[in-house]
Amino acid sequence: MSRLENKVAFITGGTSGIGKATVYRLISEGAKVLFTGRNDAAGKAIAKETGSHFIHHDVTDSKGYEKISEIVKTQYERLDIAFANAGTEMGDTDIENINIEVWNKLVAINLTGAMLTTQMAVRLMRKNPDGPNGSIILNSSMNAHIPLGNFVTYSTTKGAHIALAKSTAVHCAGQGLKVRCNVIHPGVVETEMIKGVIAGAPDSDAARAMFEGMAPMKRMAHVNEIAGLVVYLGSDEAAFISGASYNIDGATTAGMMGV
Amino acid sequence: MRCAGTTALVTGGLKGIGLAIANRLADEGSTVYITDVDKPSEALSLNLNYINADVTNESDWKRVAQKIADERDSLDILVNNAGVDCVGPVQETSLINWRRVMSINVDGAFLGVKHCYNILSKARERKGGASIVNISSMLSKVGYIDTSGYNASKGAISSFTKAIAIEFASKNVSIRANSVHPGFVHTPLLQQGMQNLVNDGVADSVEVLFSTLAEMTPIGRMAEPNEIANAVLFLASDESSYMVGSELVIDGGWTAR
Repeated sequence: MSRLENKVAFITGGTSGIGKATVYRLISEGAKVLFTGRNDAAGKAIAKETGSHFIHHDVTDSKGYEKISEIVKTQYERLDIAFANAGTEMGDTDIENINIEVWNKLVAINLTGAMLTTQMAVRLMRKNPDGPNGSIILNSSMNAHIPLGNFVTYSTTKGAHIALAKSTAVHCAGQGLKVRCNVIHPGVVETEMIKGVIAGAPDSDAARAMFEGMAPMKRMAHVNEIAGLVVYLGSDEAAFISGASYNIDGATTAGMMGV
Repeated sequence: MRCAGTTALVTGGLKGIGLAIANRLADEGSTVYITDVDKPSEALSLNLNYINADVTNESDWKRVAQKIADERDSLDILVNNAGVDCVGPVQETSLINWRRVMSINVDGAFLGVKHCYNILSKARERKGGASIVNISSMLSKVGYIDTSGYNASKGAISSFTKAIAIEFASKNVSIRANSVHPGFVHTPLLQQGMQNLVNDGVADSVEVLFSTLAEMTPIGRMAEPNEIANAVLFLASDESSYMVGSELVIDGGWTAR
């Protein structure tokens, strides 16, 4: 039997990278999947290929969550898994140079978007027909633990994901809801975006070596490796896991490599 | 099956979390060896290969590693699970008891990695290479009264795991290492610990103490051994191939507060 049979999952930022891989992976494990994004062409193509449900939505659009909730309630009647994945570091810089417009934009996407996704998920999971239950997973980053000096907003929002996940976990448990919330911290993942950066670098081989060399394992993660952790946390196998913070970074944050 | 064709070794595999891990891995296609200082009191599953061994005894480890090398050539999964508790106020903890918990919980894991290194290094068939899973505890991350020896031993396991994870990854050794951090689990070890407290007049019954621990856990219950085994299976399988030096906390929200 598939590990996510009869489960309904919701993924933000599902049109590319980790989100897209997670759509495919969750479908392969038997889940029904709804996902959002801003790229309609990619979203529709993925939906057609996988039999999933694409909804055009920007995670900063707070009103849009009401429409998504309505679709989940009327067409799927339950929500079991929510993966708050959408995020960006576009335009980010260091503390001395960051301007308030960029800061606010990135906070809105990375943090407020994750909060609104989590809020919607808890409200829907609370009303599941078989009682309040579900699994929420926030996609943070290893930069929550090892912030980047030249990405102050990204690093800060990813750090805030830890408190958001733990606060949600403790709240839900305190309310007697079987709604779990956890946060994952990927290292450098070989997404389309990273591939583009490598391809566009003056010395692509050097750029690839730099990204691969950041992890003691000396390679980047494959998007499917992150999706595998989402499957585990979303499944009933992880029923005792809530408020946890899992690194998946090829040992990047485990310690110093030495000489 | 998620561990088809693999060979696994689980220490302290006769009961509790160790037995649940051994059965889970076997159910997923692994050929499983278990070691224990005790002898089986009942018939073991036909899928489990029992070896009598003490994790604190270096010659026992050499014998175990040699037997697996002879019979299976290589080892894909090593689960350092064997452990004991050490209960009592720090000022009343004897050096003998302190050394006992360090010896079983910490020396045991060290000797396991040291003596299984060669057969683990041969497990190159899988994408993720070999996988070491060390069973630590949520008490490696937060303190708890009257368990200083246990806390310290589990903290050592966490650091040891990260150190070998970095060491192997940096040297292109195809062995991943991660740790699992359970909260309170229904196990014979905890049952005995609670019974000792009842005998000391701390509570009327083990059930009362278990109920108290459940109430203290945010999600309102203790874990079952198979829930820890699920995490070990995930780390043992290729599905976790990019997880190295990670800590998987499974505590029902205990340390989230």
